[in-house]
Amino acid sequence: MNKREKERYLREYGMIKDETGHPFFPYTVYKDGIMACVVVGVIILMSILFGAELGPKADPTTTTYTPRPEWYFFFLFELLRVVKPPELVILATIGIPTICLILLILLPFIDRSAERHPLKRPVALVAGITTIGAMAYLTILGAVAGAPTEIELPVAAQYQEGKEVTASAGCLACHQFGENGNSGPGPALTNIGAKLPRQAIERTLLNPTAPMPSYQSLQTQDPEAFDQMVDFLASLK
Amino acid sequence: MAILPRLGRRPEAPPAESPDIPGVLKRGGNGEGPSGFDKEALKKGAAEVPISVAGWLEERLGQTPALKHTLFRRVPGHDWTYTLGFAVLIAFMSQAVTGVFLAMYYDPSPTQAYASAAFITNELFLGEFVRGMHRWGSTVMIVLIFLHMAQTFFYGAYKYPREMNWLIGVILVTLTLAMGLTGYLLPFDQRSFWATIVAVNLNGTGPIIGPYLGDFLRGGADFNAITISRFYAIHMLLIPGLMIALIGAHLYLVTKLGTTAPPWVKARKRRELAKEEI
Repeated sequence: MNKREKERYLREYGMIKDETGHPFFPYTVYKDGIMACVVVGVIILMSILFGAELGPKADPTTTTYTPRPEWYFFFLFELLRVVKPPELVILATIGIPTICLILLILLPFIDRSAERHPLKRPVALVAGITTIGAMAYLTILGAVAGAPTEIELPVAAQYQEGKEVTASAGCLACHQFGENGNSGPGPALTNIGAKLPRQAIERTLLNPTAPMPSYQSLQTQDPEAFDQMVDFLASLK
Repeated sequence: MAILPRLGRRPEAPPAESPDIPGVLKRGGNGEGPSGFDKEALKKGAAEVPISVAGWLEERLGQTPALKHTLFRRVPGHDWTYTLGFAVLIAFMSQAVTGVFLAMYYDPSPTQAYASAAFITNELFLGEFVRGMHRWGSTVMIVLIFLHMAQTFFYGAYKYPREMNWLIGVILVTLTLAMGLTGYLLPFDQRSFWATIVAVNLNGTGPIIGPYLGDFLRGGADFNAITISRFYAIHMLLIPGLMIALIGAHLYLVTKLGTTAPPWVKARKRRELAKEEI
């Protein structure tokens, strides 16, 4: 906006205020008051309907946990799953959110045109709707995705413990088990037992190809859990 | 003085037969009986109460132009979407009040955090209700903030002369999300614990300040005994303090600059005036 446009805006704003404006009290206060009651009412209603659940106590040594963020972080969380290659992960965790935040802060300095009507600002309109759409899409995707440390494949009872060990061992970050886990960078393990014999699975876990981490430490610390994990993986056919 | 047409009167001791007595105070006398309130006068009287209060204060505190300007300033466009900003403020206040009550019973130590959260939820009178209000209040606040922000964006309200208010608003959104993040750990159940570990580790992967931020949040290289009290202090002292200051600045600017008119409202006089200028 140049100086003339600024002056014109301020002058017209003053006129609109005089012509169509109303005193803050009581007109605005009355609507704000009703809105305040609605907001507090909704919060109270949600508290009564949904309560405040408290899960089991935090246990740093646990083997089964579900790191799920609050729903309004789903879109950030989901970015991590959409971006696959490991060298681009930093882009998803820090890069994109930081760039978006900087763009948001700079918005009034980027868009300095005098036009305010949304339909006469096509770029802003498209950008706004795209951003809202993308965030909504990622939030829904995050909401319907299975918990990333839970494997929902049905298994025989003797493999149940191995399944839990596997679920909490971080495999899902790179491998897919049925509906759960990320579909990359590692191969899907839904039918791994049909592709590799038990010994080959054990060898891969101990001496994997990079970037997969070795499970040597699990074998030394808790050989039983390690064996259960291998049994479970070999049973997936 | 200008805002106070009725200042000279003394409503607390009206002379009994005065014809000027506002309708609300009329009782009998006119042959209407005690139940015969004049509805119109009642309405008018009720609308004048805050004016009288403002006048009472003005009389005792001296001229208060600030009060006059905020209360009776003309506001262009006051459809329902204009209440969204105030709605966010109410949600924030609700969070503050419920937060104070939770703080009375919560103990931010690694051994007692879960037990005190469980006590609030299971044993304390109305404890689960207040915790629920705090928990769901965050959701309501986030939704309202995004609606408020969307309106500001589509109405072009971030443009001259309100750029600074957009800037403050963006910082407030970020701080609100930080409140969500730091508050999530406090109940200290499995879900909150592991989600926080992941979130802090993600922060730690950032360039340059990332590792320092991660260390600052955890109070060390790993999640340890002081992490909870650190999150608690950030959640209830540091961020709310910043937010209250910034909300104050946000409201000051709203009052000073005025809210935007809806972009489709045009001044009628504009064309006539433009002609005159030529």
